[in-house]
Amino acid sequence: MTTFWFIVIAFLWTGYFVLEGFDFGVGALLPLLARGPAERRQVLGTIGPVWDGNEVWLISAIGAMFAAFPAWYSGFLSEFYLAMVLVVVGLILRGVGLEWRGKVRSGTEAALCDAGVVTGSVLVAFLWGAIFGNLLFGTGLATVLGGALSLSLAVLHGAVFVSLKTEGAVRARARLAALLASAGALPVAIAGLSALPSGADSVPLWVTAGAAMAALAAGVALVWRRREGWAFAATATAIALATASLFGALYPAPLPGLTVAEMASAPYTLTVLTWIGLVALPGVIAYQSWTYWVFRKRLTRV
Amino acid sequence: MEALDLARWQFGVTTVYHFLFVPLTIGLGVFVAGLQTAWHRTGKEHYLTLTKFFGKLFLINFAMGVVTGIVQEFQFGMNWSEYSVFVGDVFGAPLALEALLAFFLESTFLGLWIFGWDRLPKRVHLACLWIAVIGSNLSAYFILAANAWMKHPVGYEVVDGKARMTDLWAVLTNSTALAQVPHVVGASFVVAGVFVLAVSGYRILKDRDAKGLLPRKADFATPEERSRKNPDMWRTSLRGALVMTAIAGVVVAGSGDLSGQLLREQQPMKLAAAEGLRQDTAGAPFSPVPGVEIPYLLSLLAAHDPNAVVQGVDDIQERFEAQFGPGDYTPNLPVVFWSFRVMIMLGSAAIGLSVLGLWLTRGRGRRARNVPTWFAKACVLALPLPVLAMIAGWLLSEIGRQPWTVAGELLTAASVSPGVTTTEIAISLALFTVLYGLLALAEAGLILRHVKAGPEVTAPDSDSDSDKTVLIPRQLQAESRPTLMY
Repeated sequence: MTTFWFIVIAFLWTGYFVLEGFDFGVGALLPLLARGPAERRQVLGTIGPVWDGNEVWLISAIGAMFAAFPAWYSGFLSEFYLAMVLVVVGLILRGVGLEWRGKVRSGTEAALCDAGVVTGSVLVAFLWGAIFGNLLFGTGLATVLGGALSLSLAVLHGAVFVSLKTEGAVRARARLAALLASAGALPVAIAGLSALPSGADSVPLWVTAGAAMAALAAGVALVWRRREGWAFAATATAIALATASLFGALYPAPLPGLTVAEMASAPYTLTVLTWIGLVALPGVIAYQSWTYWVFRKRLTRV
Repeated sequence: MEALDLARWQFGVTTVYHFLFVPLTIGLGVFVAGLQTAWHRTGKEHYLTLTKFFGKLFLINFAMGVVTGIVQEFQFGMNWSEYSVFVGDVFGAPLALEALLAFFLESTFLGLWIFGWDRLPKRVHLACLWIAVIGSNLSAYFILAANAWMKHPVGYEVVDGKARMTDLWAVLTNSTALAQVPHVVGASFVVAGVFVLAVSGYRILKDRDAKGLLPRKADFATPEERSRKNPDMWRTSLRGALVMTAIAGVVVAGSGDLSGQLLREQQPMKLAAAEGLRQDTAGAPFSPVPGVEIPYLLSLLAAHDPNAVVQGVDDIQERFEAQFGPGDYTPNLPVVFWSFRVMIMLGSAAIGLSVLGLWLTRGRGRRARNVPTWFAKACVLALPLPVLAMIAGWLLSEIGRQPWTVAGELLTAASVSPGVTTTEIAISLALFTVLYGLLALAEAGLILRHVKAGPEVTAPDSDSDSDKTVLIPRQLQAESRPTLMY
């Protein structure tokens, strides 16, 4: 049961990184992809209806950690205290910027909102990788490499998403941005992912990490061949597999010296949570998918 | 100051701040959904105008509720790791349920509503808003159930120094929660109702000319102008808010009465502190202000029996020392005493205003000119009353809980994260305070600006970066802005 809940939490984090990954990428790339107010609206319009729902994957992951592994939740958050402060500050800046930019005056006020979106997106995308890198290896290099990995993957993923969801000049620039981002993302990902399977029983980890690298490479090739939908599927798969490798490396001790079994809630709590999760999660996935279907059209400049 | 004090200040500041926005989200969301439903049912244009106008104010506020809520979820682990480890098995469950069952609904369907005006069939679009606001209200239930458990823990046992849940149903149907949920949610509707009253009152005052007269329908050149400037629609929103506030007021009063009785059984120290009652007293009096005593009233309120015994602070302190060992088990008495009074007085004033307004505007034609000027002014001035009452209520509830985080089980002093230093908390407290202060100013300015502008063109610059809620005919809207409403 504890292993099952570890997998559930890994799944929630995976959903978060895959979905918010492109939200962060889109936010980070805003000044590079858009020229002028109309294009800025176009770029941010790609994530407008969905980013808030995507963020709830994080709220759920953290909430599930609290309920299923209280010591993991509290140790994780209090160990990385200042980093977590910056994460929530980044999420505040980004969230307020995204929600308010359509309701403020143009010029300085809109620019401030955009600055919040860019800063928040870059900061949080970097921090998650840095936090997990530090958690696994505890070195400064791992922290920076982890941050670079999560930020570059998010940027690539976001660029591919924009190229999939827009038309015109923005779409062309997004493709270029994706190709440029992959020049950074590929080496960093190869270095970072191959560091993950360092344990003894690491064959499955090598397979997942290898598959993540392969999906990433495939994504880049598909961007090159202008198969945007497939490219997005590939980068999404790469992030999902990279997250799976991360949690594979964290298992069975997601905090140094503390195993999931030691940190888990009692069987009663885990059982009721399982039933509720089994009912709720498929529904969440269904109606969030429906959202993407409703807003499936490419955005033109308006 | 020690790390513990700073951590408490940070929790207090961020939580009170979070709860400035949450009540408006809870209550205003339902109000906007009601307006849109009225438009859907009747097809009357002014309901749509009001929906979009209050919808925009709702969304400006919603953003702040969401982002400050993330801090809350992180903060238990960041600053209160010992607490989190002790309670996670029980307390984590409603939090996880809140995310899975409420926040996903709220965020996803609100996104659909904001961007779905021209994408979804009208009926489905309306349903999205209702689902989102149901999500908001559901989240209030879960978090209040978690909060109630801290004051009156049920459905658990302590094993190896940790609370273990034995009965989720007991946690979710905790009597404390069942009294607190209608109290807080009802108060949220009062906050939102008075907000709408203030906005409507302001618009009615603003639309009057120099002689204090409102424009008549014949004064407008075109039907579009009439639908935008029609002052009678503010009477509609005013009346709606009056009804909502008055009904919510009844719920708040009734559940408050219930909470008072539960306090006597479950949290005697909080009740004693709220009155400043030192000794166990039969037929305890109530002092509206120090020095004035109404005999028997406290016993009557807390037990519905004028002769009932209400326990006193000093006697409870003695009993707690006998039960839990030496220590100070008394909360900050002046704070609890005064927040109790502020809550009751300001809350009653806000509710009283709504009842008075219902009387004043009863059946005298559906025209804004029938709203007395002085009453419209009173509505504007009343804006802070329910908000202050709400804050006072939370201070009463949570400072009155001290020195415990979990009543009778875990002390606040034993709950704080041992590894987080004073410096770290000082940094985060300063950062949150500055950031929150700036954002509060920005939000207030933004709401004020939109209220002043009214439901018209908000940005004159056509090449501006802002999305406009221009009330151009819908078919035109669909052509020019296919994807980006709001």
